[in-house]
Amino acid sequence: MAKITLDNVAHSYIAKPKNQADYALRLIDNIWNDGGAYALLGPSGCGKTTLLNIISGLLTPSKGRVLFDGKDVTGLPTEKRNIAQVFQFPVLYDTMSVYGNLAFPLKNRGFNKIDIEKRVLEVAQILDLTDSLNKKAASLTADAKQKISLGRGLVRSDVAAILFDEPLTVIDPHLKWQLRCKLKQVHEQLKLTLLYVTHDQIEALTFAEQVIVMYEGAIVQIGTPQELFENPSHKFVGYFIGSPGMNFLPCTIEGNQAMVGDIAIKLNNQTAALGAKAIGKIELGIRPLYLEIHNTKVEGSVPTIVKSIEDQGSYKIVTTILGNNNILRARLPEGKTCPSEKAWLKFSENWIRLFSDDMLLKN
Amino acid sequence: MTVVNYSLQDIFGPGQRVFVGLEWFKEVLADKRLHDALGKQLIFSGLVLLIEMPLGILIALMMPKKGLTASISLVIIALPLLIPWNVIGTIWIIFTRPDIGLFGAAINGMGIAFDHTSNPLQAWITLMFMEVWHWTPLVVLLSYAGLRAIPEAYFQAAKIDGASTWATFWYIQLPKMRGVLTIALLLRFMDSFLIYAEPFVLTGGGPGNTTTFLSIYLVKVAVGQFDLGPAAAFSLVYFLIILLFCFIFYQVLKNVGKGEKS
Amino acid sequence: MSITIENISLSVNKEIYLKDISLNFDSGSKNILLGRTLAGKTSLLRILAGLDRPSKGKILVDNKDVTGVSVRKRNISMVYQQFINYPSFTIYDNIASPLKVAGMGKSMIDSRVREAAEMLHLEDMLDRMPGELSGGQQQRCAIARALVKDTNLLLLDEPLVNLDYKLREELQIDLQDIFAQRNAIVVYTSTEPSEALKLGGNIVILDKGRVLQNGITSEVFHKPATIKVAEIFSDPPINLINCHVEGSVFHLGQNVTIPLTGHMKSLASGNYIAGIRSNHLYLNPQNKTDTAIEAILDLAEINGSETFFHVNYAGTKLVVQEVGIYSKKINSKILFYLDPASLFVFSKSGELILSPENFSV
Repeated sequence: MAKITLDNVAHSYIAKPKNQADYALRLIDNIWNDGGAYALLGPSGCGKTTLLNIISGLLTPSKGRVLFDGKDVTGLPTEKRNIAQVFQFPVLYDTMSVYGNLAFPLKNRGFNKIDIEKRVLEVAQILDLTDSLNKKAASLTADAKQKISLGRGLVRSDVAAILFDEPLTVIDPHLKWQLRCKLKQVHEQLKLTLLYVTHDQIEALTFAEQVIVMYEGAIVQIGTPQELFENPSHKFVGYFIGSPGMNFLPCTIEGNQAMVGDIAIKLNNQTAALGAKAIGKIELGIRPLYLEIHNTKVEGSVPTIVKSIEDQGSYKIVTTILGNNNILRARLPEGKTCPSEKAWLKFSENWIRLFSDDMLLKN
Repeated sequence: MTVVNYSLQDIFGPGQRVFVGLEWFKEVLADKRLHDALGKQLIFSGLVLLIEMPLGILIALMMPKKGLTASISLVIIALPLLIPWNVIGTIWIIFTRPDIGLFGAAINGMGIAFDHTSNPLQAWITLMFMEVWHWTPLVVLLSYAGLRAIPEAYFQAAKIDGASTWATFWYIQLPKMRGVLTIALLLRFMDSFLIYAEPFVLTGGGPGNTTTFLSIYLVKVAVGQFDLGPAAAFSLVYFLIILLFCFIFYQVLKNVGKGEKS
Repeated sequence: MSITIENISLSVNKEIYLKDISLNFDSGSKNILLGRTLAGKTSLLRILAGLDRPSKGKILVDNKDVTGVSVRKRNISMVYQQFINYPSFTIYDNIASPLKVAGMGKSMIDSRVREAAEMLHLEDMLDRMPGELSGGQQQRCAIARALVKDTNLLLLDEPLVNLDYKLREELQIDLQDIFAQRNAIVVYTSTEPSEALKLGGNIVILDKGRVLQNGITSEVFHKPATIKVAEIFSDPPINLINCHVEGSVFHLGQNVTIPLTGHMKSLASGNYIAGIRSNHLYLNPQNKTDTAIEAILDLAEINGSETFFHVNYAGTKLVVQEVGIYSKKINSKILFYLDPASLFVFSKSGELILSPENFSV
């Protein structure tokens, strides 16, 4: 297990990058702790795969160093870095049994038979693969195959980190739950350094203790799932995390109120104080969860026009229009009646966030 | 149909023919020289495959993966496949001539008496050399395509697992190439089984009958001796043999496909 | 137009892909085929498209048998999982291609292409080549090509599965509007319950080549005919607990008893399986009638706005879904609450006996 240090790492696929835009990965300076579960989250093209390849040793960064437990590994190839990786689709040795697959990394490293067997049985136990040890690996289902891929990393006691590259892409939804659960348990049990790359927020947030949100080659925020949800430091994080994402309304601040056109939304003192000092383009952000939907006007609510309603089974998402074409999406809990034309939305004061020029205003 | 007709009749001249039933078939099947030719054919095909398959895979493994060098080496490898069969024969005749041929003269220069027209073993070696030179590129190209189709992740996984080059070949590349290799094997077997042009041009089936393979013998019977009846029966038997092998290979191929699906 | 399929079966090499499927699709309807991998969704779609012939059964279009008619003669559009575009055509020509084949006039083509491009937010990319676009844009191009033609039947085979999560979310909303604007029969396959719910319309639940249930999407969600349907149509998976009724008492597992009231009032004595969706289990009681259940916490997953507690109640694994973020110690005791009114009751063999009343539409 290892602490991973990224010391001013940057990468460009162009030989002589001229400006920022030529970098697939802009300057990243970060330390990931030993035994932590990290997720790299972002849309395709954000640089997350580039960063993963730099850590696995497939790519040498144009600038900066990569250190494992303080040791510089920047120039080392993959096989010398003691990492394991689970890929997007199952990568197995088709001709071998499950046991053979799990034993393979140990065999190659010259362990003796007894040690190998002990270790393989242990790992098979953790991953619920004991019953299929003698089966041909190729005959198993996709989720079992991904468990074997993971197992090949787990059998090695020297592994510095296990990297996951969108490992649940080919797995059915109901099995995704089981695999995610398994992964979490493995982490609880073994306290390995895990790094998980995905575009799927649910996977990232359920898996990781720390989520690294990337956007256009840069890290826009690192935080716990809760921090990302409650205080997205950049509009992109607000939009990207949460389903649907955060609502944004362009506004001006007048005392204790945010004015969206001529509609006033009340702010609490703290938020108002932040807004008073702010310069640049101001926007109000609020999560759909923190908008209460009412059929009739209530104290402190604003009128909106209902555009559409999506039934999600256990709740509904109501899309409304506020004032001059501002879209607001709100979450309507199960069992509540749904307004058909007009809806009054009440903003939960404590969950209103203000952004100036896309960045969160904070103390 | 004509072939079937001929195989059942004895022809003395235009309009003069007698129905002889399965007579020609009996004669053909009992023909010792045919047995001899068939045996030689099988040994030849077997040996050729034994050399061409591993050699083809080896060359494919050594070829550059991408860039300009990859394209150049592909073109060079494919060259022998692009030459017409009679030109190939002529090239090799000249190449191996003991007096002026580059190869023949060089071997003789080394003190080994080389003349494929008189020494049966040398005739065989020369023919196999030719066949291997001519057709290994096909195996190379197919294997190369098979290798390139293996996702990069497999090689990365093998590196991470600490697999040696040999283990990577044995556990990843070979199993993943199984499909194309079966096709290569099939094509090469059938082609070498039907070999005609090379011995015809180079040795004409000699010295003696040592390089008289099935097809050469067939032509000898049909055109050389003008025994159209037995020749027709012979071609049908030949055809059936090939059909049989094709069927066997087809079954194998189907099972390989199944193995990969599951 | 309406399409009826009658007793369709498909088997290849003794392997059964579809078994005795009879369905009816009406003009303007939106139909989702929901099922896990290998449930037969794509096979059924290909038969509807005329790409494959069923081993048995008939396809009727407006009561006319079209079972043997080739795909070229049917007026359909299809969108695949992979982004399939003509690589050497611009986006404009890609979208225009079905119209050109149909021999439509230039000015008509132009207006149709621009309309379709606008619907899918591709208007600024019409001059580019597919290779220069992102995966999401390429798939939008493929969808635009399917939509530009006025087809009677629009088939989509998990069209969003290879797209980024966020993009998927946006396109799911856009597609709703797009489908609503046309009069075609839409058939859309998916493995994801949440996607099916978002799209609404009608649903066909497929499993191992058989239709388990079909009907209006929200009704099937609230009244799944069997445990299997409930399992396929729940994400996270529905919680199942063995239970039995003795007289007027409902025993949920070993330790919890609930008086028989509400929708369970007339439940006869015997053994049952109770089903409860994870969002109907709460950390804090919602009503006075809520029953407390004590369990051991195996794992807590947080997805930003919700927490999923994986708990172990006397050997049965359950998931509790709670809005908000909570941190609890793993392997500790956890108390959660159940509203008896939200219980599904299935027979031992898996048939639905009772479904919650107040939650139905």
